[in-house]
Amino acid sequence: MGNFDFDVIQRSWVYLFQTGMVFTLKLTFLSMTGGIIIGTLLAMMRLSSNKLINLVASGYVNLMRSIPLVLVLFWFYFLVPYIGAWIIGANEPVAVGAFSSCLITFVMFEAAYYCEIMRSGIQSIPRGQIWAGYAMGMNYWQTMGHIVLPQAFRNMIPILLTQTIVLFQDVSLVSILSIPDFFGSAAKVAQRDGRLVEMYSFAAVVYFIMCFGLSALVKKLQAKVAIIR
Amino acid sequence: MNYNWNWNIFWDIAPDGTGTYFESLIAGLKWTLATAGLGWVIALVLGLVIGTLRTAPNKWLVRAANAYVELFRNIPLIVQMFLWYFVFPEVLPESWGTALKQLPNAPFVTAVLSLGFFTSARVAVQVSTGINALPRGQKMAGTALGLTLPQTYRYVLLPMAFRIIIPSLINEVAAIIKNSSVALSIGLIELMASTRSMQEMSFKTFEAFSAATIIYLIVSVVAILMSNLLEKKLRVPGFITAGSANSGGH
Repeated sequence: MGNFDFDVIQRSWVYLFQTGMVFTLKLTFLSMTGGIIIGTLLAMMRLSSNKLINLVASGYVNLMRSIPLVLVLFWFYFLVPYIGAWIIGANEPVAVGAFSSCLITFVMFEAAYYCEIMRSGIQSIPRGQIWAGYAMGMNYWQTMGHIVLPQAFRNMIPILLTQTIVLFQDVSLVSILSIPDFFGSAAKVAQRDGRLVEMYSFAAVVYFIMCFGLSALVKKLQAKVAIIR
Repeated sequence: MNYNWNWNIFWDIAPDGTGTYFESLIAGLKWTLATAGLGWVIALVLGLVIGTLRTAPNKWLVRAANAYVELFRNIPLIVQMFLWYFVFPEVLPESWGTALKQLPNAPFVTAVLSLGFFTSARVAVQVSTGINALPRGQKMAGTALGLTLPQTYRYVLLPMAFRIIIPSLINEVAAIIKNSSVALSIGLIELMASTRSMQEMSFKTFEAFSAATIIYLIVSVVAILMSNLLEKKLRVPGFITAGSANSGGH
């Protein structure tokens, strides 16, 4: 342990953060946004009284929740080029960039988890409020958009953010596909320079500090956003 | 879209000499279950201890247990696996490190350890949630009956807490099976890795992935059914289950 080489970190940290961390953060943020939007739609579908809509959404969510993220990553990594070809009618699979492929994967995967959070958020709103909305002459979308979803969303902000921290950690799995996210680029430098101990420890410390800080923030926020009843 | 499906590929002999592709997938599944199973034993034992300490009446014990939980929760699993696999043997005294690297199945041992410790932090949170969900009177009643604190935990609090948190422990069992797929990154030939090698050898990408999806689905359905039975058997009447699905995480 005496020959811990700090120099390799000094040499590579600009690359790690400018390429790797930017990739990780961009992917986390966009996947969170997309995942929450699709997750909310899925939650509304799961709570629908239409059996078919309900079945489709539940099937999707349960499927995604019972297979590992690594498998989903591989699925989409190889499937997206074919879907792309199908959409534009090409004969050959189209080339899709690493970032878009990962983004589609994480949006589709995390949507299943965000869906379950939003579903219990929507269910936490008393039914009377929905009836009140209908009684005022609002339709389904107005009731949802103006009454139910804003409150459900606010109640669930801390859990949605906690899930986002999990998502931030999960992004490190794209390094299995040799995509240079933060951990992937650390692994790249580690192997290039033969400095495994230094680079992996450094990556762990950075992840720890960021996730610990973020969860502390979420805890603070939790107290702030609680609706006083 | 010109992909040639060939569902008979599973009965072809794999070129790496492990029998048919189907057999190699099943061999992978066995490693997945072995890794997750052994990891779960570590997770449950450590999680019970750490989770109990989180509710102890000593400030320093609580802090130490909290630090443990934060440490293992805030580093991604794949990074933890790499730490155990590449960094841990270097930090140890040299002879120990060499012994560790020369283990016959180092990726398996590493995967079990890292999954076990990673999951133990999550189990610990559930355990302390369960203990805190009990009415305060139970602890007082135990003390009033003349039980020492360890006895109160052993005979009153832990058995109750354990039964309350069974649904969330079930989630963790499902999670550790899924998480064991990360071990492919350190070279363990579990289900995901054998799927990958089938894909690379046969070029039948989507057949291989479909098979893996179906196997994972079956495993999780079986796990859920078995644990639902367990839950029904052990449910404490009158107690709402604590900290279920919606605490975030996978």
